[in-house]
Amino acid sequence: MNKNNNAYIIIYASVMIIIVAVLLSVASMALSGRQKDNIAVEKQGAILSAIGLGGDADKVKDKTKYIQEEYRKYIVESYVVNGEGNVVEGVDAFGLLDNLKAQFAAPVADMQLPVFVAKLDDGTELNVLSLYGAGLWGPVWGYIALEGDWNTIYGAVYDHQGETPGLGAEISTPIFEHQFDGKTIFENGQFTSIAVLKGAGASAGNNHAVDAISGGTLTSRGVEAMLHDCLSTYLPLIEKKRAALETANVASNELTVENHE
Amino acid sequence: MSKGDKEPMFSAKNLKLLSGPLSLNNPVIVQILGICSSLAVTAKLKPAFVMAISVTVVTAFSNLVMSLLRKGIPNRIRIIVQLVVIAALVILVDQVLKAYVYDVSKQLSVFVGLIITNCIIMGRVEAFALGNKPWPSFLDGIGNGLGYGMMLIIIAFVRELLGSGTLWGYRIIPESAYACGYMNNSLMLLPPMALIIVGVIIWIHRSKNRDLIEK
Repeated sequence: MNKNNNAYIIIYASVMIIIVAVLLSVASMALSGRQKDNIAVEKQGAILSAIGLGGDADKVKDKTKYIQEEYRKYIVESYVVNGEGNVVEGVDAFGLLDNLKAQFAAPVADMQLPVFVAKLDDGTELNVLSLYGAGLWGPVWGYIALEGDWNTIYGAVYDHQGETPGLGAEISTPIFEHQFDGKTIFENGQFTSIAVLKGAGASAGNNHAVDAISGGTLTSRGVEAMLHDCLSTYLPLIEKKRAALETANVASNELTVENHE
Repeated sequence: MSKGDKEPMFSAKNLKLLSGPLSLNNPVIVQILGICSSLAVTAKLKPAFVMAISVTVVTAFSNLVMSLLRKGIPNRIRIIVQLVVIAALVILVDQVLKAYVYDVSKQLSVFVGLIITNCIIMGRVEAFALGNKPWPSFLDGIGNGLGYGMMLIIIAFVRELLGSGTLWGYRIIPESAYACGYMNNSLMLLPPMALIIVGVIIWIHRSKNRDLIEK
């Protein structure tokens, strides 16, 4: 048989492609459950580490189970808000994490922004917001945990797709991330975000800034822009929560005053 | 080829297919193939190990499949057929890694996909599998995969030990050494240092095997 005639070549190629396609589809379907679980667990782990938990993940035998249990234990509630700070009903907050880029780019009223509420062992309530922005080589993202006053940062984690190892990629190290602990995003009621300043010690004493990464200036700027843009997007919600807190404070003060009389 | 059907599975000739690529015919340090990934994935031992296994699986099975198909492949689309088989195997490996060792697969990132373009694999298919029976081809694939993997592991061993002070993620250099002023060599974590290590290995290897030295 002539192996070089066109009909043979076309049939050969078609049959081969069909076999390969079937094989790969079967493999993909068989494994996709596990893969999705892995990605979900990675996100849950990131949210946990924003609230300072899940640190033993590398020490335990079954990492997946450990993260899932911790997540169920500490993340007590999640909801979705739009860009005007109004709660959107019927949307799964965790599912939104797959495509945050589209959410931050959507028109204000159509945005669906996830908020995760965590309750620590001592009863402290934390609000975890998600962040998404651009680094030097690709996207950067992260989670920021605000304390009950919607002002003080409890913790933050960042991750990236392809920043330079040793330089921009340092944003995902604890050394960079822990700089954010205790910083505040408001100054006398004005939103300031967190600046990422060039030079070691540049942010010393500044409650609204952290030190940038040496050699990772563009990535650091990306993180700064991401914090500013994403927190601004959440700002209507944050302002509402802060206003509610203030009213509650005033009310409780009046109550105390009344009691004194 | 002159191999008879009665030849035992592990004849001296077949064993040579396995052992040759480990030293005298090593794909990395003698044929200088697959350098790109051996620079990229060798900062830590664990990803290097997973990469070594992945490449071994792909070379072995692409050789096996191509050898089985070798009599029916139309010569004019030979290279395309090779690429389809190799690409399919690599995608399978990538899917399995994503499902079972997600952390490592994240560290290896694009380099799993890039196994498709690893010269070792197409080189072995083209040079060996198309002209040999399935079993020797399979052994040749394993041998070359192991030869490549061995180099990855040697490079990663040196880089992780000197660059991070750990092996397989476990701390080897004691804290007390750091207290006395010892420092990790961060240069080891960057790809250029891997190239230098490859160079040093080639130097040592050729000084032991003088007939490999080019005139």
